Amino acid sequence: MPEKLLEVQHLQQYFPVKGKMFQKTFVQAVDDVNFHIDEGETFGLVGESGCGKTTTGRTILRLYEPTDGKIIYRGEDITHVNFAPYRKKMQIVFQDPYASLDARMTVGDIVGEPIDIHKLAGSKKERHDMIMALLERVGLNSEHANRYPHEFSGGQRQRIGIARALAVNPEFIVCDEPISALDVSIQAQVVNMFEDLQQELGLTYLFIAHDLAIVKHISNRIGVMYLGKLVELAESAELYKNPLHPYTRSLLSAIPIPDPKVSREKKRIVLEGDVPSPVNPPSGCRFRTRCPYATEQCALEVPEFKDYGGGHYAACHRIGQV
Amino acid sequence: MNTNSDVLLDIKDLHVSFFTPAGEVKAVTSVTYTMEHGEVLGIVGESGSGKSVSAYSLMGIIADPGKIVGGSINFNGHEVEKMTEKEFRKMRGSEISIIFQDPMTSLNPVYTIGNQLTEMLRLHTDKTKKECEERAIELLGLVGMNEPEKRMKQYPHEFSGGMRQRVMIAMALACEPKLLIADEPTTALDVTIQAQILELMVALKKKINMSIIIITHDLGVVSDVCDRIAVMYAGKIVEIGKTDDIFYNPKHQYTVGLLKSIPKINEDTHERLIPIEGTPVDLLNLPAGCPFASRCDKCMKICLREMPPYTEVSEGHVSACWLIQKEEFEKTQGGKHDA
Repeated sequence: MPEKLLEVQHLQQYFPVKGKMFQKTFVQAVDDVNFHIDEGETFGLVGESGCGKTTTGRTILRLYEPTDGKIIYRGEDITHVNFAPYRKKMQIVFQDPYASLDARMTVGDIVGEPIDIHKLAGSKKERHDMIMALLERVGLNSEHANRYPHEFSGGQRQRIGIARALAVNPEFIVCDEPISALDVSIQAQVVNMFEDLQQELGLTYLFIAHDLAIVKHISNRIGVMYLGKLVELAESAELYKNPLHPYTRSLLSAIPIPDPKVSREKKRIVLEGDVPSPVNPPSGCRFRTRCPYATEQCALEVPEFKDYGGGHYAACHRIGQV
Repeated sequence: MNTNSDVLLDIKDLHVSFFTPAGEVKAVTSVTYTMEHGEVLGIVGESGSGKSVSAYSLMGIIADPGKIVGGSINFNGHEVEKMTEKEFRKMRGSEISIIFQDPMTSLNPVYTIGNQLTEMLRLHTDKTKKECEERAIELLGLVGMNEPEKRMKQYPHEFSGGMRQRVMIAMALACEPKLLIADEPTTALDVTIQAQILELMVALKKKINMSIIIITHDLGVVSDVCDRIAVMYAGKIVEIGKTDDIFYNPKHQYTVGLLKSIPKINEDTHERLIPIEGTPVDLLNLPAGCPFASRCDKCMKICLREMPPYTEVSEGHVSACWLIQKEEFEKTQGGKHDA
């Protein structure tokens, strides 16, 4: 059995929004989310925009203070402790490589900054060598260190972002849509690099994306989120072959497949309407307003997130009936 | 081949350049294709491949330092490359329309949806204000909007992304144009909404018999809706043909690489992705030969020296790659040896 590296229990993240006078209202961005990530695995988190997948990733890194729930890292509750020592172990790669690099710093300084902050280098020479090694590791070369981010293409910038995350020798990296801003031909390069780095350094990833094909490719297990809730969780092959939740089914059927014969025959399950507002989510099951199988029970009770065998979890009242 | 009367759009040897302080950026070089009435053409390419610029030139909306420097565009009887701004204004909206990637920025936030829709109708038709409003409500219903009367009075910020894109489609189709250009129509939308919008576009196309150009970087999007696909790289069409030909019998190495680099969702085994190595070329100094040569793993000496000619592989399937020439040469040589 591999060891659990990270676990979140009943994670909740509410953001206050301006309501009527004397009345507080909240965006319920993440609500009662439970999952764990084993050491050395890649856990994928998918969902539409606004479903809370990015917020989950950021809350785990305590970039937001969680409203409620627990974050457990290697058996230790890190929800409210001083996070500084854990920053060395847990890092993040952001979505937009154009916005996440300081335009006025050289690449060498960008990659070197975490080394300085955590005082990992004893001398200037050591710092320099570390930066060079990091750049080489991500497929850049030493002459790139003196250049500025604008001189690089999107794929190269994402490599710089990854080198910065690797600078502190982390164990766990949150990859927040790291490839969605890149061109198709470059995406594959970056995905392969993530896989190579995982092999070489024994990294654990939380891979957040909305592109299901990529998530399936890279992940061992996948969680599907809808409106702040985790609705289904399973091994990636199992999830694609045997989706239980109606939302997962429609999500999978909507993936555009680059194969005309397959996609012409495929039936799409088109969902009616739009995602409701997370300020005032539907009662009971949050998906019920768009679910073709919703009953009265779905409006009254929140479905339990249950194991349906072999670690395949889902939260739906009507599993087995439809 | 079909008769000429079926041809809606005929682009010949189109060149578009941007004259920047750093030099001439050749965004589009010798693009040639035709489109028939009712056809859906997909233009696929990376950012900077010239896919948007080539389509914008049909409408005369290339941004400032850009100019058409050569070639001809014949659209529905107009010689587009010679048209004045006044003539363009008449044609845009009524004969040719466009929807953009980002529905958030294409609508005016200070006017109601109804206001923006009727404005367009009043400009291009002789209808009265009352008639225009009725038509606008009808259009919103057509694109699948609930309670269109109520929606007319709302502002863009009250709509979700998918709904805004529906408004854009309603606006684009208001005058039943002959050609709709959809520039990455679904890129900013979620997967479940993407499917809705694509299906809507194809259904409406059948209703009013228009042609559509879908510009995208996602091969998945074009695979089931397009009749033909053009693959662009560094300002050139490197391959064009029927959808099935492009997917199942790609001839250009860039198309081959593009297809290989996408993960297959219906496969059980975990296969490593095969990326196209390297980065796209600099459009400021295009290489003398094939623009893809530096990233091509089957690159030959001639590829670096000369641009490969367009060769018709099968009916309507045209590609520009020296490998095809080589294959054909070897075929004829082989034939001679046998004899």
